[in-house]
Amino acid sequence: MDAATTKTIADLIALAGLGLTVLVVSAAMRRRLLVPLGVFAVVFFIGSQVTGLLASPPERGMGNLQKIMYVHVPAAWSFMIAFFIVMVASVLYLWRRQDRYDRVAAAAAEAGAVLTGLALMQGMTWGKPTWGVWWAWGDPRILFTAVVFLIYVGYIALRAFTEDEERRARWSAAVGIVGAINVPIVYGSVRWWRTIHQPQSTPSTVDPAYVIGLRLNAYAFLFLLLFFIALRYRAARAGDVADRILEERALNEETANV
Amino acid sequence: MSSPWPTGTGTDAATVAVQPAPEGLRVELARIGAVAWKDLTIERRAKANFNAVAFLAGLILLLFGFAIGPDAESLRNTAAGVIWLTVLFSGVLSFNRSYEQEMEGGALDMLVLYPGDRRAIFVGKLLANLTFVLLVEAVLVPAAALLYNLSILRIALPLAGIVILGTLGFVTLGTFYAAMASRLRAREVLLPLLLFPMLIPLLVAAVEATNDMMTGNAMGNAGAWIRLLVVFDVIFVAASVIAFEYVIEE
Repeated sequence: MDAATTKTIADLIALAGLGLTVLVVSAAMRRRLLVPLGVFAVVFFIGSQVTGLLASPPERGMGNLQKIMYVHVPAAWSFMIAFFIVMVASVLYLWRRQDRYDRVAAAAAEAGAVLTGLALMQGMTWGKPTWGVWWAWGDPRILFTAVVFLIYVGYIALRAFTEDEERRARWSAAVGIVGAINVPIVYGSVRWWRTIHQPQSTPSTVDPAYVIGLRLNAYAFLFLLLFFIALRYRAARAGDVADRILEERALNEETANV
Repeated sequence: MSSPWPTGTGTDAATVAVQPAPEGLRVELARIGAVAWKDLTIERRAKANFNAVAFLAGLILLLFGFAIGPDAESLRNTAAGVIWLTVLFSGVLSFNRSYEQEMEGGALDMLVLYPGDRRAIFVGKLLANLTFVLLVEAVLVPAAALLYNLSILRIALPLAGIVILGTLGFVTLGTFYAAMASRLRAREVLLPLLLFPMLIPLLVAAVEATNDMMTGNAMGNAGAWIRLLVVFDVIFVAASVIAFEYVIEE
């Protein structure tokens, strides 16, 4: 495949992916489409991984180590999307005071934290053979990812320790917004801190041979993320409904005994 | 004998109740001052708190000294980081307490019920905590200079500026997160868990600026780091003041 064909295919994937994203988002909002959505997300993910692994030649410098890119880079992109969703849902909650926005924020924070942890571990796995160390203090991206991971671990811990539901929603929305404000500040300051202490290596542009796999997997991770959020949202909702039914039943029994 | 309060007979209690709270910048400042003064008075009368935190700060400085070793050079090189970590570890103890003492007898509920803007509660507590931590630092920084053999007298003014800027951001977020953490069971671990990751840009900027200042590094970026501190302070004072309303409403 020559470079021009590859570029055309990559552009087509980008366009088709945008259309699919719209479909996936609307499917995620319907309870009955949850299982088909999950099947689609997993199948799409497997297909994208296989395509990425098979379609790309071994990289000149890194060899097959390059292939971690198809899980690492999409994980990093999608955790940023997840935390953006947390911020938007938190703002919407404080504005409209509807439980569903709180559930979306909580679901996105959990999925985002998992992806952030994944991106961290993958980054370390890649860093060990590349730089000879698991934790490269010279790489601002790993430092940024670690800080963001801890910010959202704090968010999840706050939710876990707050029992009153209304208070939990309100507090975590406030923490979600203040935390999101810090994300670009952390990014800038960590990058700046490193460039002062050690010259930054120039970011190598991605060869077109790898773009197709990367684009496919970016969408695969996005769809998985949306599926996870929808799944956690449904679970939280089902939990709330179950609590209400139990409460009602307990009240009815009490009156029956009297 | 005339009472300023509605007695229920004669004056119409309902018309008194709907009177709006007085407004205006001066009233607002008076409210903030009242909250800050109240917190500082409690602190002044129970000196034990300040003494304990100040001695803990000295102890942490000593512990870092033992951990880093007797080599004068490496002690001086790490001093800026050690000072700021000591500020964080000792200062974090004061934030939860500023709300805990309100819990007794439901004082916080009363405070929230008072007429006027609730932001005044936040800003008042922020000022009280800022005063407290700055006073601890007034002991801690000279102690660090003694222990680590730093010459800080010639840079006293710019150093004080960096300390004040760094402390403002630290205390702002500390007071904000403590409003939540202090009301939960796991307050001791939850507050640092929420607060410290948020402070990393501030820590980096404060340590770098302090270091450049102390080593007299002309090639350093002290000015740029101080600008980062100012930006951090402005953003998070504004964000916390706005977000506090949602935290305190019950």
